Amino acid sequence: MADKPGTGLEAGPEQILYASILEKGMYLGLLILLVTFAVYALGIMKPYIPLDQISQYWSMNVHEYLEHAHIKTGWSWVGMINYGDFINFVGVAVLAGVTVICYLAIVPILLKNDDKVYAVLAFLEVVVLALAASGLLKVGH
Amino acid sequence: MVMSRKFYGLLVAKLGTLFLLLCSSPVMAAAEGAVAAGAQGHAWWFWPLVLLIVTFVMGILAVLGGVGGGVLFVPIISGFFPFHLDFVRGTGLLVALSGALAAGPGLLKMNLASLRLAIPVALIASACAIIGAMIGLALPTHIVQIALGATILGICVLMLTAKKSEFPDVQEADRLSSALRIYGVYQEKSTGKVVDWKIHRTPLGLCLFILIGVMAGMFGLGAGWANVPVLNLLMGAPLKISVATSKFLLSITDTSAAWIYINNGCVIPMMVVPSLVGIMLGSFVGVRLLAITKPAIIRWIVIGMLGFAGTKALLKGLGI
Repeated sequence: MADKPGTGLEAGPEQILYASILEKGMYLGLLILLVTFAVYALGIMKPYIPLDQISQYWSMNVHEYLEHAHIKTGWSWVGMINYGDFINFVGVAVLAGVTVICYLAIVPILLKNDDKVYAVLAFLEVVVLALAASGLLKVGH
Repeated sequence: MVMSRKFYGLLVAKLGTLFLLLCSSPVMAAAEGAVAAGAQGHAWWFWPLVLLIVTFVMGILAVLGGVGGGVLFVPIISGFFPFHLDFVRGTGLLVALSGALAAGPGLLKMNLASLRLAIPVALIASACAIIGAMIGLALPTHIVQIALGATILGICVLMLTAKKSEFPDVQEADRLSSALRIYGVYQEKSTGKVVDWKIHRTPLGLCLFILIGVMAGMFGLGAGWANVPVLNLLMGAPLKISVATSKFLLSITDTSAAWIYINNGCVIPMMVVPSLVGIMLGSFVGVRLLAITKPAIIRWIVIGMLGFAGTKALLKGLGI
């Protein structure tokens, strides 16, 4: 029979699983980010915004930047990953997405341990993060 | 060995002082001049390179000063670089998120970060961070800048006055934390002592995480500066559990806020990657220097930097 949560010196199985997925996702995300940035900065892939013009954009507010550069919000970057700058969003998305996978992975363990309250809390967290990631929540200045 | 300790201690103190001087010197004034002039006179790689160097120093000082990278990044970069606050906040969140992702797995495996403590807190904080991010992006920039300056100065006061309790005295766990079975055991490595811990005042603590989540999302700061006092002083978790759980908690809170910034266009890779690399390399060096420097001196330097950057943000917001 499994120990009650919090009674042993060792971390519980759901915590170990969470940590393991988080670690793999973090390394994967960072690796992708570094490789894609090298591709971008070395000019291997053509950027959407030319490197010599980038400084004209980063001092604008985000609304002006999107308007001047003709960039759409939400997940529209997926359709632009053939550009050197937008391919970097893949690594960013992995880093920002790994937590959702961690939560989804521990729900079955929590249910197996009859820890229904935490299973519901974990599921609600998935809903919150999915809502944030969905691109449905748009803001304007 | 003693010479080497002295050398590294002096090096770090000098780095911090140099950073402070840079922030207040003609070099930064010239940089600000370039910013005011539209920053047109530089090659495209100039500002990303300066960003890399500054965030490297920031990474060292953040580790030694016991603060997150985000809390230094947002006020300093928004105050002295040509980048708009919208992009600085988006990048700041990704900087704080990456730091939390890097530290989280180890802290969870060592059972210092408590998933049971983090899950209910994170649910509230991450939901509120979304609201904070949306408010922050909807408000006029100067209002956010004023609020950011005031918050940073508040953090300085908190750092100067807040006490820490290694093993808070929790006579009895409250009903909510008992029902959620939020308690644990860990071994204090320095003494070999096994510490049983539990928490109290959980409802009040959870309410405060509403505010912490909103502020984390609104300013892109990360929120370790607020998490630790609430978990440790209010809810009574031991200091190590509080610090570790707070760091891990940021990986969830900042994820939700970061998505709002990403989806609203506030991520420019040419700012994000040099910042992440700089902060992470600086953190690696900082961890190695931690054993041989005097944290008290570095803490004062960090408070000084925050005070300066907070005042700058406030004045910028007020148009002074």
